Amino acid sequence: MPATPTSHALPGPMVSMRGITKAFPGVLANDGIDLDIYPSDVHALLGENGAGKSTLVKILYGFYRADSGSVLLNGQPVRIQSPADARKFQIGMVFQDFNLIPAFSVAENIALFLPDLKPVIHPKEIDHRIEEISTRYDLQVNPHALVSQLSIGEQQKVEILKLLLSNARLFILDEPTRVLAPHEIKALFGVLENLRKDGYAILLITHKLNEVLECADRISVLRTGRLAGTLTRREASEEKLIAFMFEKSLAGLNRHAHAAARSDRPPILRLTNIATHSLGAQVGLEDINLDIYPHEIVGVAGVSGNGQKELGDVILGLQKCSQGHKELFGQEATSWSIGRVRQSGVAFVPENPLQMAVTPYLSVLENMALTRSRLYARLGGLRVDWGAVQADARESFVRFGFSVPSLFVPVRSLSGGNLQRMTIARELAFDPKLIVGSYLTRGLDLQSTLSARQALLDARQAGAGILLISEDLEELFTLSDRLIVLSRGRIVGSFLPTETDNYTVGRLMTGAKV
Amino acid sequence: MSLLAVLGVISSAIYSGTSLLYTTLGEVIDERAGIVNLGLEGVLLVSASLGFAVTKTTGSPYLGILAAVLAGGLMNMVFGYLVITRQANQLASGLAVMFFGYGLSALIGKSFVGAKINPLPRYVLPGLSRLPLVFSSLFKFDFLIFLVVPMAVLIWWLLYRTRWGLGLRAVGENADTAFASGRNPKRIRYQALLVGGLLAGLGAAHLTIAYTMAWSEYMTAGRGFIAVALVIFSNWDPLRAIAGALIFSAAVAFQLLLQSSGAQVSPFLLNTIPYLLTILVLIVWGGNRKQSAPASLGRIYLGSE
Ligand SMILES: Nc1ncnc2c1ncn2[C@@H]1O[C@H](COP(=O)(O)OP(=O)(O)OP(=O)(O)O)[C@@H](O)[C@H]1O
Ligand SMILES: [Mg+2]
Repeated sequence: MPATPTSHALPGPMVSMRGITKAFPGVLANDGIDLDIYPSDVHALLGENGAGKSTLVKILYGFYRADSGSVLLNGQPVRIQSPADARKFQIGMVFQDFNLIPAFSVAENIALFLPDLKPVIHPKEIDHRIEEISTRYDLQVNPHALVSQLSIGEQQKVEILKLLLSNARLFILDEPTRVLAPHEIKALFGVLENLRKDGYAILLITHKLNEVLECADRISVLRTGRLAGTLTRREASEEKLIAFMFEKSLAGLNRHAHAAARSDRPPILRLTNIATHSLGAQVGLEDINLDIYPHEIVGVAGVSGNGQKELGDVILGLQKCSQGHKELFGQEATSWSIGRVRQSGVAFVPENPLQMAVTPYLSVLENMALTRSRLYARLGGLRVDWGAVQADARESFVRFGFSVPSLFVPVRSLSGGNLQRMTIARELAFDPKLIVGSYLTRGLDLQSTLSARQALLDARQAGAGILLISEDLEELFTLSDRLIVLSRGRIVGSFLPTETDNYTVGRLMTGAKV
Repeated sequence: MSLLAVLGVISSAIYSGTSLLYTTLGEVIDERAGIVNLGLEGVLLVSASLGFAVTKTTGSPYLGILAAVLAGGLMNMVFGYLVITRQANQLASGLAVMFFGYGLSALIGKSFVGAKINPLPRYVLPGLSRLPLVFSSLFKFDFLIFLVVPMAVLIWWLLYRTRWGLGLRAVGENADTAFASGRNPKRIRYQALLVGGLLAGLGAAHLTIAYTMAWSEYMTAGRGFIAVALVIFSNWDPLRAIAGALIFSAAVAFQLLLQSSGAQVSPFLLNTIPYLLTILVLIVWGGNRKQSAPASLGRIYLGSE
């Protein structure tokens, strides 16, 4: 039907997905999902961990093939059998777990995804294009750095640059804000806003409702593989979205009656004058003095890449310090092996669990036993008591209110959030005395975020000391008993949360003097 | 030891190193795409026997080289069908291809054992023609020798300066990422094996048509496996493979020289010199350097779900 010239014609959807269904062994990840994506529209996709969001967008990008269902482009049915097809139809995507090759430089990684890459590569030309686009969108990266040396936030920026350099009309972003610092999130939303104005369509997956309500025009919610509903921005509210996602309202945090008994006891962890060498693009720590007492959560604020990773690594013993020393539970521990540190009761959730905490090709069950193989060894190590591992694994998932689809699938097939849940459940089981948690709630849905935070508060109640590294100031202010700010490898501020505010901490994080 | 003897070692290192380098370059490409080709020995044998047979029957070494090169490509395609399409284990398939090639080459070469062929013409290095004949004859090389170093540079350029090479290396690092970039990992792996096979064929051709100028059963004597080792030795870098192939061949030649000069050491011990040297260089060279093995070397790509 031709549009009447007087009325403003509503554009049809750019992409429509109809009846998309996809089963994996044991789970129906997508079940008859319909989705319309319009030009000049930011379409947010919400849903709890494992709801099927990533699967749906991977199907749209041709990375997975749907069991049934169809995709229409501007009303015409199209077959998308591979990413090559999707790219031909000008669909671009940033994957949740990234598509970067650690051994390649940033420039090589970007070149790999350039749609108009010439048969003979001129590195200078590519550097030039990277420079141009990164200044235009304020996403600075060093094109010559190896991706393996980048922090996870920088990797995310590289992914976004890759997408911006593609000729896509539809941009799919799977949890892009998960690992970005607040100011980078702001920059990203600025970019998205510009793209929207220019007529591009954007499909954005996130767990952060404030982001959704801030920038989305349309919001779809998935629940256990089905579409729970689609709302326009005007119809949506936080309560409505939560109800759509979880079918029930979320409980608040139980903060316990918390007695601030601390410095009278010996600290759990004491770092004195710690410094590390800076390797390549990494920052080195300098002059770190830090005590963590029982019953205490110390929050570490900072833009990622300012020494957070190094701090966690030094505590666990992954990285040697060039200066200073470390005491754990009152004992000199500077040269302890990682095994000894862990055995003394230290739990560690690294910033990038897929690379640092699990073995992707082993099953969930095997990964659950990985850090405690000694405990489950029988007959002097000749046999593993898998029954006990199973019982413990199930118990800790229940205890933390988490679920994973199965204990027997390879960890690689878990959704991003489920992987994080698994890592947390493994690390927090057996009542650790010191918890080093980097970006603990990254990629978790609202409910799991609450469970994880509650678990920290419970651990504190039980007498554990906790070092919580995060970029989420809201989280740090909610949970911390004490806050430190890390910038360029130094502690540049130490506060009680009641003495300070977002603004001061935010300024210190970005390196400004207060 | 006389100057002549030393020059002799160098000359023979260049001769035997050439076939080794071509083969190693081929394996570098295979492995950069994520495939370990342990069948290389069999590929070399089939190429060598066929190249020799064609040279003998047609009288043209050039046709012989062509036949060897094509045979190398074809053998690698057979291997590729096993490990890419049928998704069989690479190591097991490689050994199967090796034994198959061993048998097939014996069959092809049976009636050519001891035959004499028209060798590939040799040219004196420009500028050396005025030297006494004993010296200049040591430095008369065929065109395959002249081409081998440029070939290594060309392979380096292909891998690091072309779109094709970038995609190929990406497949060897992470086939899923290469797939997400719009490439077809299986096709790229076939292409890599094809090029790798052609190069192995060139290596085999040089060995039998230009260097030994004879065919005998199992004449490659482990060169295929040595090439696989040299790839690791050279850190998957075509330029470092030049040095690797040369050092190894020089050690072999030196060891032969020692034996023929009547050194009072057991020949069995002398035989180990090249390998000892390899171990030594690995210790010195490899220890402080970052390993750059392709991340999904040997991993089967199952395709998308
Ligand atoms: N390759 C795979 N093989 C087997 N199962 C898979 C695979 N990919 C996803 N799944 C399963 O499909 C379900 C949906 O996963 P998906 O990654 O789409 O969730 P999600 O909504 O993106 O969750 P999250 O918020 O945690 O990222 C999960 O139960 C997951 O375990
Ligand atoms: Mg996901």
